[in-house]
Amino acid sequence: MIEALDLEQTYQSGGRPLTVLRQINLAIAPREFVAVMGPSGSGKTTLLGLLAGLDRPTRGTIRLDGTDLGPLSEDARARLRAEKVGFVFQTFQLMPTLTAIENVLVPIELRGRAARNGHAARERAQRLLERVGLGERLDHYPIQLSGGEQQRVGLARAFAAEPRILLADEPTGSLDAETGREVIDLLVELNRDAGTTLVLVTHDPALAARARRVIRLSAGTIVSDTRAEPA
Amino acid sequence: MRPPFALVMAWRESRGSRRRLALYLSSVSLGVAALVAINSFRANVTASVHAQARTLLGADLELRSRSPFPDSVETVLDSLHRSGAPLARVTSFASMALASRTGRTRLVDVRAVTGGFPFYGAIATTPSGQWAGFRGRRAVLVDPAVLVYLDVAQGDTLQIGDARFVIAGVVTDAPGDVALWSAIGPRVYLPAEYLDETHLLRFGSLAQYRVYFQLPEDAVQRFLNRHNKLLQRYQVASETVAEQEEDLTRDLGRLARYLGLVGLIALLLGGLGVGSAVNVFVLDKLDSAALLRCLGARQRTVLTVYLLQAIALGLVGAGAGVVLGVIVQAALPAVLGGFLPLDVSVRLQWSTILAGLGIGAGTAALFALLPLLQLREVSPLRVLRRELDLGPGARAARPWRLAVYGAMLAGLVGLARWQAPRPIVGYAFAVAVLVSTAALWLTAKGLIWATRRWFPRRASYVVRQGIANLFRPQNQTVAVVLAIGFGVFLITTLYVVQRSLIDQIALDARPDRPNLVFFDIQVDEKDSITRMLGARGVRPIDLTPIVPARMARVNGRPVDSLAADSSRRRSPWALHREYRNTYRDTLVSSERLTAGSWWRAARRPGELPRISVEQDLAAEAGLRVGDRVTWNVQGVPVETRVASLRQVSWARFQPNFFVVFEPGVLERAPQTFVVMARSEAPVARAELQRDVTLAYPNVASLDLTLVQHTLDGVVSKVTLAIRFMALFSIASGLVILIGALTASRLQRVREAVLLKTLGASGGQVRRIFLTEYCAWGSLAALTGVLLAGAAGWAVMTRLFELPFRLPALPLLAVWFAVCALVVAVGLAHSRAVVRGTPLALWRALSE
Repeated sequence: MIEALDLEQTYQSGGRPLTVLRQINLAIAPREFVAVMGPSGSGKTTLLGLLAGLDRPTRGTIRLDGTDLGPLSEDARARLRAEKVGFVFQTFQLMPTLTAIENVLVPIELRGRAARNGHAARERAQRLLERVGLGERLDHYPIQLSGGEQQRVGLARAFAAEPRILLADEPTGSLDAETGREVIDLLVELNRDAGTTLVLVTHDPALAARARRVIRLSAGTIVSDTRAEPA
Repeated sequence: MRPPFALVMAWRESRGSRRRLALYLSSVSLGVAALVAINSFRANVTASVHAQARTLLGADLELRSRSPFPDSVETVLDSLHRSGAPLARVTSFASMALASRTGRTRLVDVRAVTGGFPFYGAIATTPSGQWAGFRGRRAVLVDPAVLVYLDVAQGDTLQIGDARFVIAGVVTDAPGDVALWSAIGPRVYLPAEYLDETHLLRFGSLAQYRVYFQLPEDAVQRFLNRHNKLLQRYQVASETVAEQEEDLTRDLGRLARYLGLVGLIALLLGGLGVGSAVNVFVLDKLDSAALLRCLGARQRTVLTVYLLQAIALGLVGAGAGVVLGVIVQAALPAVLGGFLPLDVSVRLQWSTILAGLGIGAGTAALFALLPLLQLREVSPLRVLRRELDLGPGARAARPWRLAVYGAMLAGLVGLARWQAPRPIVGYAFAVAVLVSTAALWLTAKGLIWATRRWFPRRASYVVRQGIANLFRPQNQTVAVVLAIGFGVFLITTLYVVQRSLIDQIALDARPDRPNLVFFDIQVDEKDSITRMLGARGVRPIDLTPIVPARMARVNGRPVDSLAADSSRRRSPWALHREYRNTYRDTLVSSERLTAGSWWRAARRPGELPRISVEQDLAAEAGLRVGDRVTWNVQGVPVETRVASLRQVSWARFQPNFFVVFEPGVLERAPQTFVVMARSEAPVARAELQRDVTLAYPNVASLDLTLVQHTLDGVVSKVTLAIRFMALFSIASGLVILIGALTASRLQRVREAVLLKTLGASGGQVRRIFLTEYCAWGSLAALTGVLLAGAAGWAVMTRLFELPFRLPALPLLAVWFAVCALVVAVGLAHSRAVVRGTPLALWRALSE
């Protein structure tokens, strides 16, 4: 489902080149649940961004569901994301000017008029919000929701466009332990039901423990890649 | 000595945000620039008038009269001349000039000159040196406009009255002349010795007789003191160099001060921009302020730290404004050229520059203070429980806020008072600003509310997101809409009024209205001219007699003694002026009776002849219905009674009169006639004018389409100056727009990254922003246009008492232009936001 070959990413930082990732090789199978761990600055978020095609790697190849991202333009990669990739962010990243249900609808609407099909999309968004326990708060604005509620809207949005791949960046990083656990339970559940390939970046060993496979990064390289036995 | 903590902290604290803050505070720059430019200009005008005062008058003393100087005055002038004072005369009047070769005619301002006028300065001509040489032969010097109107060149012949003159050249610069006048009455200078040959100055012609002397200053005063009574008795006005300087300084100063008020609006808008931008800045600084408080800083210290930053950067903004103002000042003579009788030399005016700096920094500080007060109230606890309290800081305590509002109001009134030509104008301006700001604010709020209320739910996602962005947290929609809306309001109001005025004249040119006027027709010419028109199939629409007269007594008391009477206020102007009265039996369409009654029935035996007086003039002269007015009609006393008061719509193009007599009183008095007629074809009109001028050289004629054209030009020149100043408001609005865009940049980057991450294309993100800017522009344009429509209606119907029509298409163009401007600025500003890759932007955010 996801393939990375000899990935390297270098940025100019204060006039000097700074290599954030080097010699990354990995392959993630469909429906796999992978946790990416590592200390701050180890390149976790950059790796996630590259896998989603948010930027071009300095070197190397990425394949997403069989498509080589290399030759694709910025907009073509965006289209690919709209069709195949869902996102969950540490800081929720909801549009402050949109209500909960409108936020969930964004990925569907970005696909254009044809995909929008007003009623069906709205019903789907509503079902998803009900599923994450926010059936009563469809028309609330983000500022009117608590952190945990905002992240649940984020989850509903991630699954709204029925992505094949879900990328989550520290989804519990801004939440207290209890709320974080609830969010993760929901995420795992939704993932299992939808059969999505899930890549999750985290600091939290308890969270990582729920993944089938854990990749550890340090200073921009993979230092370990372990699979848990099926429970 | 160590600098105080607040000062040091202010400097350090501003490190990260100096550039951003400087941009916010540069909102005041344009207002300061406008004020510095116009006030420096005013100072320069004063200096230039002082330096050129003698040249502007051309002499040390000018005496002028509406009628030839009587013998008693001539005797005095003669003795002064014989005592060694050089004397010159200029007699001016309106007349037709006819070009022999092209057959074209044009009403011109004829000036017959004798003696060595001007005694000071020089009249520049092309070819040069003609001023000294053209006299002594049958030659004229003309305004360049005359050559254009008549399609003639130097060497052609011009017929004026019964005399013919060779055009010796054009006058390119005559000190003391205002360019604007040449559009109305282009000048033709001719040697006075040939004036009689024209046979023009007949009864009823409006002429101005001027005598100029070259005299030492004390001799001027001695002469005036000695002959004051005589000059007054014969209504001979005098003008000395000092008076001329005073008048010009006052008039031009007043003009500059009025324009300065328009500049003041730009400054106030800038203040608004500062307030709105600092509000966003404050939200960024709440945590730092809380930290300072946590570490033991007092409330006052925290406020001082940030206020010092605002003042310092306000000074920077004002400094930029001063530099810009000095540059702009150089452009003002070009903009105001039509009004200026002299060359204004541009010099740096330090007092104005210092005032500009002070006013700019003061405005920035005052408008920044209100949002900064929030920092004073910030709770130190915020440091510990930040995530729980992301809302804005507590509102400032009421007394503090009231104090700041009070200071702002005092600042507004003080500034207006300082800038205005008269205190009352200043106060009226302050009130007008408050009222129109309130109206604009309400309109803006209303429109924004309506947008939210009738949100286009069915529109595409891109459009919905773009419009939703208007309401993002900490949005500055109201400030942007208000500021740009104010500029649009000013400029559009001017345009709407100008358009309506000119439309009115065009309306007066409808098929049933006259388009040709003949005046100064003598009694013995009246019938033959009417016949001449009839022979060409031109129907005279209206024939109006004009009888010159002066007021002699009111209720039996001589007008001289009335002026001093304190029981009723009467203006000397109204009592002493020469009236041009008429007589008729009906009211005309531009008139409405407001008091008394019209003469429907014949006068009873023994009853005084009845007159109707225009109501404003009646107020000036202190006349009421029933008053007895004795007129001096060319030496014959005529006693009358005020029977009614009328309201007159002066802007209608038809002969209007202050005083109308009932028929049967003035028919035998010396009088002239005005004939209004209509002729469709322009060529026929031109030929008719030519033939009437050839047959009756003393009869002047005017083509109404030419008047329309001239008025158009004059109104454009007047509005150009105001429009130029109003541009500063629009520019201030754009600076505020940029400030608002900068303030929301972080949010925009965040949104763009998020959308792109979720799969939006660059085009989609760009279209979302495009919609947002379009909405901003539309709201601003609509706000301004709505109020301009209301203001235009009020000005036209209340001030000019004319019908008002909204010019829809131009207003649409205004809307389009404003949208285009806002979108262009907005998109230029968000280029980087739309362009970058999401990951790069993301990294930029976290840095």
